Amino acid sequence: MLELRHITKTFNAGTVNEKVALNDICLKLEEGDFVTIIGGNGAGKSTMLNAIAGAWLPDCGSIIVDGVDVTDMPEYKRAKFLGSVFQDPRMGTATDMWLEENLAIAKRRGERRTLRWAITRKEREEYQELLKQLDLGLEHRLTTKMGLLSGGQRQAVTLLMATMRKPKLLLLDEHTAALDPKTAAKVLEITDKLITENNLTALMVTHNMKDAIAHGNRLIMMNAGKIIIDVSGEEKKKLTVETLLDAFSKASGAEFASDRALLG
Amino acid sequence: MNFIVSLFKSMPGAISLGLIWGIMAIGVYITYKILDVADLTVDGSICTGACVCAILVSSGVNVWVALFLAVVAGMLTGLITGFFHTVLGIPAILSGILTQLMLWSINLKILGRANLGINARNIKVIVTQLDKSKAIMALVGFVAVVILVLYLFFGTELGCSLRATGCNQKMSNAQGINNKFNKILGLIISNGLVALSGALLAQYQGFADINMGRGAIVIGLAAVIIGDAIFGHISINFGVRLAGVALGGVIYYVVYQIVVWLGLDPELLKMLSAIVVAIFLAIPYVKSSYFSYTPQFKAERKARRFAARATKKAKGGNE
Repeated sequence: MLELRHITKTFNAGTVNEKVALNDICLKLEEGDFVTIIGGNGAGKSTMLNAIAGAWLPDCGSIIVDGVDVTDMPEYKRAKFLGSVFQDPRMGTATDMWLEENLAIAKRRGERRTLRWAITRKEREEYQELLKQLDLGLEHRLTTKMGLLSGGQRQAVTLLMATMRKPKLLLLDEHTAALDPKTAAKVLEITDKLITENNLTALMVTHNMKDAIAHGNRLIMMNAGKIIIDVSGEEKKKLTVETLLDAFSKASGAEFASDRALLG
Repeated sequence: MNFIVSLFKSMPGAISLGLIWGIMAIGVYITYKILDVADLTVDGSICTGACVCAILVSSGVNVWVALFLAVVAGMLTGLITGFFHTVLGIPAILSGILTQLMLWSINLKILGRANLGINARNIKVIVTQLDKSKAIMALVGFVAVVILVLYLFFGTELGCSLRATGCNQKMSNAQGINNKFNKILGLIISNGLVALSGALLAQYQGFADINMGRGAIVIGLAAVIIGDAIFGHISINFGVRLAGVALGGVIYYVVYQIVVWLGLDPELLKMLSAIVVAIFLAIPYVKSSYFSYTPQFKAERKARRFAARATKKAKGGNE
């Protein structure tokens, strides 16, 4: 479903701030894979997601989504294949617009926007059904401005927007990091539900090792722009935080240095 | 008594001008409020609309055709600014200023001279200050049509995506919306409206002048601010908001007339307009940074200052 072939990206090349963010990354995802990505600060987790989303062009390598080479496709065009949820709850929705308008925009992801009405009555009922499934009482607030909803509600709606038109690949970039633990758990629960129900292929960056172990069928650990650990299937089910830390120090030759990942 | 009569006599003129500038202000509203872009092209494009309309009607072209072509010319100016901003990556404000300067030359070439009169007695025009009641009726019609069309447009898929671009570009990008295209489209629509306003203004006042656009953006912003201040709280309905902006233009010109009637030097009016707009633009910032203290914070601050003064005094006594 997704294939990264030898992706390399260096920021500020040729200056003292030169940073190799991605170093020859190769990754292949099968349809229905739910991959969690973990790593310390600056390991390249978000950078990899941004490369797939098209925030900038890689220095070399190619990105193939569902058989289509999207390497030099502008961000808005490849949005047709991708659903994205960001860390900042304010980023995923248009805060000045109504809830239903946001959903209507997401429903037309990848389509040509024409002079037809933005929302039809039939769609409105459909949105209500979808919102009911979130179980946050949002089905009665279709004409509420997004900006008035809480961070958790907004992330849940963003998730809905990313998946209501089935994406080839769902990109979750630390989408629970800005939420309090209880809300984060709820949003993760919704994430799991949407991914299973729609049989989505997903990449989820997280800083929380327990979450990374508990969710998905495959786990990737990154360090210094490289994938250093890649476990899946039965092996992943047996993972614990301790074995993961051991594996990290073996693979990288250093202690895992991110309190956030251990404590979170 | 004569004084008051003269004020009332000047009102139809103020209302007509206000409605004309109201259309211009709706154009500004689209870029400034919806697209979140400060577009200074308007100082040039309002003049472009006036010049195109004036030269065409005075060479015998039908006034409606002239109006249409003026709008098209205005749209092209928006396209130029949009090209500078999105394709060449020049900041929006600078793009507008560049186009505006460019338009000064272009307008001069269109008009062929610094100003050109339109004699409404010989040439058929839609609005003229020679018949103010008819002008007001026609202008109300224009404003109503503009509001209706925009109201419908911003309810469509395309219109909605344009609002999303103005609100959150990261979101719209992730939802497959082409932000560059939308920005250009918004600038085109906006400057088309501004040129329409310019064309009507040239007809109304009976001439086009190469300098008539100077400071137009400030009048447009003033109307937007007045409209938002009065109607922003009454209704969130988009149509009502646009009507509020048009009415903001009318209020601006009525106040303008009153101030002139009170004997203020008209030469100072641009300065006053700029100061009023500056004050209104500053209000949100000043409110949040200087007037957001809680009563408790104020009390504690007072105590801190008092304590500091007391220590200072005590020290002074010891010496």
